[in-house]
Amino acid sequence: MNEGPARPPRWVGMVLIPLVNLTLALAIAGLIILSIGENPLTALRFLLFGAFGYIEGLGYTLYYTTNFVFTGLAVAVAFRAKLFNIGGEGQAYIGGLGVGLVALAFDDTLPLVLMVPLAIAAAAAFGAAWAYIPAYLQARRGSHIVITTIMFNFIAAALMVYLLVNVLIKPGQMSPESREFAPSAWLPFMHEALGWFGIAMARSPLNLSFLWALVCCVLVWAFIWHTRWGYEIRTVGGNEAAAVYAGIRPTRVIILAMCVSGALAGFVGVNEILGVHHRLLLNFTAGYGFTGIAVALMGRNHPVGILLASLLFGALYQGGAELAFEIPAITRDLVVVIQGLVILFSGALEYMFRPQLERLFTRRGAALPVEG
Amino acid sequence: MEEAFLLSVLTLDATLRVATPLVLASLAGLFAERSGIVDIGLEGKMLGSAFAAAAVAAVSGSAWLGLVAGIGVSIALALLHGFACITHRGNHVVSGVAINILTAGLTVMVGIAWFSRGGQTPALPDGARFTAIVWPGAQALAGIPVFGTLYKELLSGHNILVYVAFLAVPLTWWVVYRTRFGLRLRAVGEHPEAVDSAGISVAGLRYRAMICCGVLCGIAGAYLSTAQNAGFGRDMTAGQGYIALAALIFGKWRPVPAMLACLLFGFLDAIAARLQGVELPMIGAIPVQFIQALPYVLTVVLLAGFIGKAVAPRAIGEPYVKER
Repeated sequence: MNEGPARPPRWVGMVLIPLVNLTLALAIAGLIILSIGENPLTALRFLLFGAFGYIEGLGYTLYYTTNFVFTGLAVAVAFRAKLFNIGGEGQAYIGGLGVGLVALAFDDTLPLVLMVPLAIAAAAAFGAAWAYIPAYLQARRGSHIVITTIMFNFIAAALMVYLLVNVLIKPGQMSPESREFAPSAWLPFMHEALGWFGIAMARSPLNLSFLWALVCCVLVWAFIWHTRWGYEIRTVGGNEAAAVYAGIRPTRVIILAMCVSGALAGFVGVNEILGVHHRLLLNFTAGYGFTGIAVALMGRNHPVGILLASLLFGALYQGGAELAFEIPAITRDLVVVIQGLVILFSGALEYMFRPQLERLFTRRGAALPVEG
Repeated sequence: MEEAFLLSVLTLDATLRVATPLVLASLAGLFAERSGIVDIGLEGKMLGSAFAAAAVAAVSGSAWLGLVAGIGVSIALALLHGFACITHRGNHVVSGVAINILTAGLTVMVGIAWFSRGGQTPALPDGARFTAIVWPGAQALAGIPVFGTLYKELLSGHNILVYVAFLAVPLTWWVVYRTRFGLRLRAVGEHPEAVDSAGISVAGLRYRAMICCGVLCGIAGAYLSTAQNAGFGRDMTAGQGYIALAALIFGKWRPVPAMLACLLFGFLDAIAARLQGVELPMIGAIPVQFIQALPYVLTVVLLAGFIGKAVAPRAIGEPYVKER
């Protein structure tokens, strides 16, 4: 027979608890909609139709999903080492700068097959570099990573304004944007790519970086669970003292985890700059870095969970836009509210229901697990 | 010479105005963090309060009722943070982020539902705002060189919340260092086990600290929407809650140094507006963005231990579990 404390079945933690948290967040959002005099069920119907009801809407949903996969994975990799990377926003911004610089330098010389890997490498390098400094300061000088990454978000914003207003701006233009890249350097849209195979698809900003997001899910899974580095990251995250006794150097692991995290966040730049806007501009990150926190919490820091949570938030973003169009009293800020509620319930209040729920599904008669 | 003096006095005057919400918010953060609660949510509490204050002031026509509403909302958010961090041992940073995101969405959504102005509240008439108080004799004394200018421009002519903010600094100092509550507050942030073994409730103390935090953040938010501006606008805190947090760290979690850090950051902000496009001798034009980023850079440099050492309260961010 099974000795030791009984554990609840795995699906309780993996499926049931996230669903309970999501239901709670949506229920409260529904109450808010009710209180401003609209019908939450009608709103939900518009939202679902807007997100999945037709091909163009689905394209937008998957385009947002792409960004959330990158930022969600970024937060999750850092979480695995017990680090809270709030700096996804800044790392994505600087990652986009890397993509933009590469594209501006080589857009009419390099063919696309070379441009794309180069841009991906630049996004990773710039994003990782922006995460490296807070990581170094945490690992070597003991300054708290939460505060430093917040500060680096603001520093990134100021840097980008400076660069776009003074350096990279297209001459003779008022708005702070770079020139448009040559079309040969644009990452193909999904409707174009499908067109090569004779499949017709409505136009949307969805582009091939969606495929790279899927690849990243697999790569992160392999990295965290099937490499030595991933093992070290999980060990340091689980118990730093034990990691030291096992001969793992936490300073190196912290820096590695944060650089991988920053690189993943930087890939938002590939989607936004090379895939959609085709020029460098301000504020293209639009809060995606912060949404990554909700995505990682909801997805339990696992690539599969993150993919599903990203799809959820992508649908909320796209459906929310559609909803705002149908019911003007409900703007896309509803999505921000839901996002906040999800972070609240699945993050800050994660221990509110979990012990009770787990106890409910733990085999009767067995010793109850004590929450620490 | 006379003109340069007046210009610098006016810059300092602008500094006070910009620093006021920072001072209030960083004192708010001081109460929370000294009790062991990390408070990333200063930004959200200010934003929530700014909205509530502007909305109530717009409807009732009273800035004071607005202030009460702002403080009420801010306390409610502070208690929510406490509920997550103290009662349910949740992650403090996650909870703070949740509150910031929640208020960013909720203020605009409710604002649109109530006022249909794209998230803004109606512009407040002077009667529904905190307006400048001119000190007695400000005009009469203005003729006296130096003192007259200082009196008229720097001391007189602010709204009451500015004075409240700067009086809150010695008050906070007194509460934290000279009262029984303050002693326990500092103890619970450093060594909750000791406080607990003395028979004092750790949770009770931390909740009270969160209420102090809520009151101060509430005043800061009301200042933004009913004193500095005449109404609420989307995301009007614009990162000031984070700057206040940076100032608190810069001041090493002590009231007077935190205030000085707020004044420094406020001064940088005031001077950035004046230096726009100005060619300085020897240096040339300084990019405004550089000055704007300076508070954040300075905080990072300080945290890295290159200017002194910022040591946080020892038990900060750790949920307290009573031994059984």
